[in-house]
Amino acid sequence: MINTSSHSSTHPRMSEISAYLLVGLGALIMLAPFYFMFVFATHSKADIFTLPPPLLPGAAFFDNLKILTEKIPFWNSLGWSLYIALASTALTLVFCSMGGYAFSMFEFKFKKPLFILVMGTMLIPSFLSMIPTFMIMDLLGWIDQPHALYIPGAASAFGIFLMRQFVMSSIPKDLIEAARMDGCSELGIYARIVLPLLQPALGTLGLITFIASWNNFIGPLVVMRSPEMYTLPLALRSMQSPVDTEWGALMAGSAIATVPLLILFAFSSKRLIEGLTTGAVK
Amino acid sequence: MNNTFWLAIVSGVPQHLVAIPLACVIHALFVRTRNATVGVYFLPYITSTVAIAMMFSTLFSTDYGLINFVLSRMAQLPWVGQFFPQNGIDWLGESQYIKPAISFVVFWRYVGFNTVLYLAALQTIPKDMYEAATMDGANAWKQFWYITLPSLKPMIFFGVTLSIIGGLQLFEEPFILTGGRGGTDQAGMTTSMYMYRTAFDFNDFGTASALSWILFVFVAVLTWLTNLAFKPKGGEA
Repeated sequence: MINTSSHSSTHPRMSEISAYLLVGLGALIMLAPFYFMFVFATHSKADIFTLPPPLLPGAAFFDNLKILTEKIPFWNSLGWSLYIALASTALTLVFCSMGGYAFSMFEFKFKKPLFILVMGTMLIPSFLSMIPTFMIMDLLGWIDQPHALYIPGAASAFGIFLMRQFVMSSIPKDLIEAARMDGCSELGIYARIVLPLLQPALGTLGLITFIASWNNFIGPLVVMRSPEMYTLPLALRSMQSPVDTEWGALMAGSAIATVPLLILFAFSSKRLIEGLTTGAVK
Repeated sequence: MNNTFWLAIVSGVPQHLVAIPLACVIHALFVRTRNATVGVYFLPYITSTVAIAMMFSTLFSTDYGLINFVLSRMAQLPWVGQFFPQNGIDWLGESQYIKPAISFVVFWRYVGFNTVLYLAALQTIPKDMYEAATMDGANAWKQFWYITLPSLKPMIFFGVTLSIIGGLQLFEEPFILTGGRGGTDQAGMTTSMYMYRTAFDFNDFGTASALSWILFVFVAVLTWLTNLAFKPKGGEA
């Protein structure tokens, strides 16, 4: 019913049409929440809670934005989110490319056990590190400091692994040896040969890191304790209240938090999907 | 703990029941629009959980939420109407509905991810296996059952394990949907949420650490068990 349809008849059959319809319907379900996020972002709170709910964009976006900036330090949070995401992307790229290069090209003592140790950290569930992270950050006096969010993850196991795979598959050892013969320093080799060749992998890892940091909720939830240091997800959550939530403004904030991701995704969906899933598979 | 298992299973299993046929259909039928289709299904995975959960809280709202609106319209239809509720469901307020609501959000978010995994696996199945089967007169259903599913087995094992591990760690979705307090009768309270509350709301780091270890042991044991269950008799997966 499913598999043969592509190589059987010339005219579309019932099963084929219904398969298309089902996939299309599923796609609609996938997109609908985003659509309504943007629609609700342009309606006042009172408008959202009418029957039927508004289905088309309204005109209250800037009113919502005003409520948003009055209720929470919205621009502050946006700034922190952006700053932390960029810093963590930059650091991750530097450290993971170095680590991945070292693990693939150099021979050193305890290389294997060290690599297994690094990979092992990927298996540790995130909730297990929640409390230790808080205690270490507390000890270091890093609570409420943005670097508590981008330094610990800078040499992530996932990134090192991704880089190592890429170095092994695309940089020939001879090239490195040749450069060494010509008297190029180790740092020179890394900067002038390895990094340029790594570009595609760096792009993928950069995107993944940026998105992960931008969306990170548990991390800042544990480390950022005062509202003026909140990142975007935390700030949005702080608007939620049992009695009187400004839904229009909240949706506007969520929409603003989502737009950069949609833009990134639109330009690089193939790369992102590959990076995120192959990383998980192998 | 019960909540966590319930959520892990109810949100995890349907993901795969939908993702496998979906991947097959996309694999077989979509050629030019394939990337766009996959992209649409994958989109929820990369967006912020907080934004998503906020969005769903409005959609799930009792009196004016879109989901209840659609359901109540369906209830007015003849015939099929009787299967739909007449009155709005208090999705996030009544304990019996919180878990389905959370599960749906989780399901919605991860279906695309799993579909991509299965698509990758489908591409590795050699085409001539299907051709041979067609020659032998096997119909599409038989081909799916005897060729596609067995070939996907390692990936199913991998995907289900990932979902279960992910499900046991569920934190953000229930945290936002229940306003951080677990909801009515704590029906939406997961272990990791409970852990967070014990540590940071009640300042009991010792108990919270113990909890996290218990959960860790469960995750480890489950991974091991699925490993056993899915391994074919030969011992190689």
